[in-house]
Amino acid sequence: MSAKLVAQRQFPTSRLLWSVVGWLVVFVFFFPVLWMWLEAFKTEPQAASSPPTFLFAPTLEEFQTVLAGNFPPFFINSAIASISSTLLVLLLGIPAAYALAIRPVKRTRDVLFFFISTRFLPFAASLLPLYLLARDLQLLDNILALVLIYTTINMPLGVWLLRSFLLEIPPELFEAARVDGASFSTEIRRIVVPLIAPGIAATSLICLIFSWNEFFYAVNFTSSVAATAPIFLVSFISGRGLFYAKLAAAATLASLPVLIAGWIAQKQLIRGLTMGAVK
Amino acid sequence: MVGTIAGSGGGRETAASVARRDGWLRRLPLLPAFVYVLILTQIPFALTIYYSFFSWNLLKPGSFKFTGIDNYANLITDENIRTAVWNTVLLTVCVIGISAVLGLAVASLLNSEVFGKGLMRTLMIAPFLIMPTAGALIWKDTLLNPLFGLLPYLLTPFGLGRVDWVNQYPMATVVTVEVWRWTPFMMLIILAGLQSQNPEILEAARVDGANAFQAFRRITLPLVRPFLELGALLGSLFVVQTFDSIYMLTYGGPGTDTTNLPFLLYLVAFQGFNIGQASAIGVVAVVLTTIVATVGLRTLFSIFQVEPRR
Repeated sequence: MSAKLVAQRQFPTSRLLWSVVGWLVVFVFFFPVLWMWLEAFKTEPQAASSPPTFLFAPTLEEFQTVLAGNFPPFFINSAIASISSTLLVLLLGIPAAYALAIRPVKRTRDVLFFFISTRFLPFAASLLPLYLLARDLQLLDNILALVLIYTTINMPLGVWLLRSFLLEIPPELFEAARVDGASFSTEIRRIVVPLIAPGIAATSLICLIFSWNEFFYAVNFTSSVAATAPIFLVSFISGRGLFYAKLAAAATLASLPVLIAGWIAQKQLIRGLTMGAVK
Repeated sequence: MVGTIAGSGGGRETAASVARRDGWLRRLPLLPAFVYVLILTQIPFALTIYYSFFSWNLLKPGSFKFTGIDNYANLITDENIRTAVWNTVLLTVCVIGISAVLGLAVASLLNSEVFGKGLMRTLMIAPFLIMPTAGALIWKDTLLNPLFGLLPYLLTPFGLGRVDWVNQYPMATVVTVEVWRWTPFMMLIILAGLQSQNPEILEAARVDGANAFQAFRRITLPLVRPFLELGALLGSLFVVQTFDSIYMLTYGGPGTDTTNLPFLLYLVAFQGFNIGQASAIGVVAVVLTTIVATVGLRTLFSIFQVEPRR
């Protein structure tokens, strides 16, 4: 008790010192994001000046250029691919998580590890057959191919994460419903979904983050019609001259949904990234 | 009621068959997700193994020919593949090693009594959330660009003004950008570990005369270790797959300096259209990853007790 008081009384100077150190470190890490935002509000000459421009009147010019140009279709494709695949994950994942959490069978452990092993299967494992299949089914440059693939990628995460939320609910609640004669679908809709609503929200946000940022399949399976937001950014790599402000505006817009989703789901982020292992 | 359904066959139902059917009813909700993932991962993987024994160039119709283990033999002799394996290992070890250390440091800061912890954490996770292609572009074109970039400008007083970082130090650039991205990930996991610590134990150690370093080494580190390991393992499984930032920053170059296995696969499959060879690369990558993933994850996840509760 007295030691604690002494420690607290000693704090202010060291607390201030460590706060300064901490803020410096955070500033360094956050700076590229901040710089992206600053560049996005500049005019092109300001963004491509040497030395760099630090003081300027912010303008929305480049955001307008990007939004009036061909960016919106890419953004919409990203939205379609991410939202549809997330809904599919929930649709198939909630019953699966329920089976694994509430009514485990002998091989539950193996099934769980089967799911997790597919999450970390290198894309090298299935890329070529999927590509050839998509080609033969006329699904190349079709958003449906991305939806199906993103569902596969996020399913293990969804099942593990939803299961970890279900495990926190007292099993008696489900048993009571079963005694009352509720059918399986009623049980899912009336009991499971409302009880783990926050878990479902967190799972959705994390699935959205992964599918929104996905690049490898997007770049190989789409070209123009179904191309997603990260593919729009590829056009800035070369051959377009110096469009730094436009690049920064596009990068800002493309990153915004995930940044917001991630900040909202901040508390659940770690749980999602570790498949429910760390809460 | 159960009896009437099963009784339609005429015979009496045994306890075993009830249990078996009950087992299937329990599995039923699991099946759609299970079958979906099975079809979209295992069948393609089986086909990948099959293709790996053939010579097949997509651009040459009729080139599909059984060649046995030739594609695997090439893996051993091909210098590009050895370089790619080495680059993959180098990139993964550097990124995970550095971001684990930095993550531990930042997490320790955020776990102490600093001002504005919540906001610090919020800003700190931004690099992880930013679209990797966007992050890589920002680094390449607005921060590192030798003519207009901010970093060369800031480093001019130190005589490093016109260094073309991306071309002169390609691997270091990729590592830097990936460390920037993965440190927040490590920080989050380690922070969760630190926060699970009972502060009274540290207090007791201090009362017993342990200095900060001793307390950290003897008490905090053993506690945080499983979290560090989990972060390192999950992180490596992601970093091994690094593709986005290499594509945007260096396109695997100059030469093959930053070509890792995923990027080589992309080049062989989608620039060379050599399906057989690409499949063999895929099979090897899967075998290596599976060993690390199954052993590591099973061990770690039992530590974290995410096993079935019944």
